[in-house]
Amino acid sequence: MTETALAGLKVLEYCQMISGPYCGKLLADLGAEVIKVEEPPAGDAARTRGPFPKDIPHPEKSGLFLYLNTNKLGITLDPRTTAGRQVFQRLAEQADVLIEDRPPGEMADLGLDYAALSAVNPRLIFTSITPFGQTGPYRDYKSYHLNLYHASGHSSFFYVAPKEKRNEPPVVAGGEVGDYDGGLAAAVATLAALFSRLTTGQGQHIDISKFEALLALERVVVARFANTPEPPDWPGMVGGLLPCQDGHVVITAVQEHQWQALMELMGNPAWAQDEKCRDETTRSQHRDEIQPLLEEWMAQHPKEELYHKGQNFGVPIGPVRTSAEIANWPQARQRGFFAELDHPQAGTLEYPTAAYRMSETPWWGERAAPLLGEHNEQVYCGRLGYSREQLDRMAADGTI
Amino acid sequence: MTRGPLEGVRILDFTWAWAGPQATLLLALLGAEVIKVESRRRLDHTRLRSLMTGPTMTSPDHSVIFNDLNVGKLSLTLNLSQPKAVEIAKRVAQISDVVTQNMRPGVMDRLGLGYDDLKAVKPDIIMLSSSAVGASGPERTYTGYAPTFAAMGGHAYITGHPDGPPMPLSGAVDLRVGTTSAFAILAALYYRARTGKGQHIDLSSTEAVSALIGHVFMDYRMSGRAQTRAGNRDQTMAPHNCYPCQGDNRWVTIAVVCDEEWDALRRAVGDSRLEDERFADPSSRWQNQKALDQLIGEWTSSHSQEEVTQALQKAGVAAMPVLDGPALIQDAHLRARGVLEPLQHPAIGERLTLSPPWRFSHTPARIRHPGPLLGGHNQYVLGGLLGMSSEEIESLVAEEVVY
Repeated sequence: MTETALAGLKVLEYCQMISGPYCGKLLADLGAEVIKVEEPPAGDAARTRGPFPKDIPHPEKSGLFLYLNTNKLGITLDPRTTAGRQVFQRLAEQADVLIEDRPPGEMADLGLDYAALSAVNPRLIFTSITPFGQTGPYRDYKSYHLNLYHASGHSSFFYVAPKEKRNEPPVVAGGEVGDYDGGLAAAVATLAALFSRLTTGQGQHIDISKFEALLALERVVVARFANTPEPPDWPGMVGGLLPCQDGHVVITAVQEHQWQALMELMGNPAWAQDEKCRDETTRSQHRDEIQPLLEEWMAQHPKEELYHKGQNFGVPIGPVRTSAEIANWPQARQRGFFAELDHPQAGTLEYPTAAYRMSETPWWGERAAPLLGEHNEQVYCGRLGYSREQLDRMAADGTI
Repeated sequence: MTRGPLEGVRILDFTWAWAGPQATLLLALLGAEVIKVESRRRLDHTRLRSLMTGPTMTSPDHSVIFNDLNVGKLSLTLNLSQPKAVEIAKRVAQISDVVTQNMRPGVMDRLGLGYDDLKAVKPDIIMLSSSAVGASGPERTYTGYAPTFAAMGGHAYITGHPDGPPMPLSGAVDLRVGTTSAFAILAALYYRARTGKGQHIDLSSTEAVSALIGHVFMDYRMSGRAQTRAGNRDQTMAPHNCYPCQGDNRWVTIAVVCDEEWDALRRAVGDSRLEDERFADPSSRWQNQKALDQLIGEWTSSHSQEEVTQALQKAGVAAMPVLDGPALIQDAHLRARGVLEPLQHPAIGERLTLSPPWRFSHTPARIRHPGPLLGGHNQYVLGGLLGMSSEEIESLVAEEVVY
């Protein structure tokens, strides 16, 4: 029997798409019992977004939904109905944590906000995840990943900001990472509140703004602008992204011994003796001259060879890899970063697990994402004591 | 004074650079006491280098980057090349709950401060080791920084314009890794509080990047497809892009997911050409998004970012300005939520710093004090916590053990 870090923890998740479900997943993957509430008839909107096998949409085969909902129990419930609201409250009474991502004010309209639920369960940790938080002038603004990512400055902060390129729009990061960031920030805060509850016995409300979660990841640059309204342009690091024979590598030779190692990798070229290459500052000043010399040499070598050779010399160098290359990367495979999970509709697939190997409490691959309403009977009859007939009635009237 | 959620937790912190310090920064904001071990022999290089944010610092106490990444921590200077310093570090570990480090795998073991060494003096210690690609596996000795983590974790490849190079993401990547570390440490703390058991956490920074774009790997496993760069485009949503506004290099983002939002956008723009068949349903809008972007761009170009944002948000359409540094610090919403707070630093002076990214109703996270001066808490740790006499401390300083 594997021990898990969060065994016994009961979480109720009323969230869709990425941020809230990722928060729930992080807890579920460490052993918490996460009951995911999906609204009938279609459930979590992530079920309608791909990637799908062969691009054929199917509510049980969304790669996005499958990844973000591992190890959860799934129930259908419409908290907007009177009966549904009561059921939701009973579930919240039994929960340690509620994660919700409704627009600010909506839980209050349903009579399911922190004030209402803490009255029946004072130990409840109530985590709200919204684009801009529960207060402030933008609290009711609608915002998807594209909007939030660009608004939070990330796309303007790529440190080399070439003026000549300013007619080209800034670009959003791939993989909707900013929405994952909101979920990760929420999971950190939720665990901290749970830890605090161990001694105080007191639950609380947590207000997560995805905008601020993103901003917090650029705290150095934000502070730079806040304190120096017109900071000097940074000419950029020598190295960085470099094209090579079969793609790109990234080199961050920031310390002197690392630069020396890079020169060794390149066979100690004569130009490296030039005064312009003396230290990081001079190299940066002469970036336009030195960078092409690096590019010229890199272009003659493939990225994986550069990676292994460079690392053996002590150069911090990494190949720009595709998902396919990473899925087959021996280092990650040997560490067990990918795990197979079996799903009745999507089949057996390899999933990324987590970046942390915890010696006592490993990542937990108990089950794949739930089918829509898969655990209705288990939760409603087993947990809340409803009869089969009541369950049928609730299904017929649209409560579940 | 209100207590933070981690009040009473003590962390002995050997991390440096960006990713490791972000993890302990978050824990310090949550109320943990973080004792950062440094040495004049091996300074956290953010104390010296600040190419990115201005002139190189002349004194280790003047670095603004160091301050931004280390607010609320304490500084203990120990020269770990001396056995006596290692013994002192162990004594601090003995009265700590968590030890964090991000040296190259194997270095802490060679110093006599590996997990087994620390477990011997503190059986329930939690130790986090953060490295480029993990502490096990054939490449465990390889090193890296944020841009290499993003490159090797798969994020750089899928970020950028479709016809351009991959985007080497930077600082935020480190802070993502650090946030992931903080989560793992909190899970271990929760587990220990209930079972009495500590553990070792081996974290791969590169894997942390991959986990935060996990569905991209699902696509590969389901369809054999390696996703590539799509600029600002979405796989199904259209319009979904950055559009030019009045002013120099001013942009607004607009994203539409359903017919209801589309109708609202169409009404707000009021261009009859948007009634065209080509834009009648989501899939035809997606097919014809180039033409669609052209028409929307014509409209946005004649308005300011604020005008477009307010008109569309009022209509129920997701639109936001693209904000750069100067615009962000003026932003009304961030001001209303007090996201930047002034902090008095003994060497740097007053400096605006980002406040904690979570709002707790009962146990608020907060910045308790600025980033520490180098060795600023030697007396507190050595004298106060370990009970050393002033003479003892003075002789350790003279021997460059405390250095």
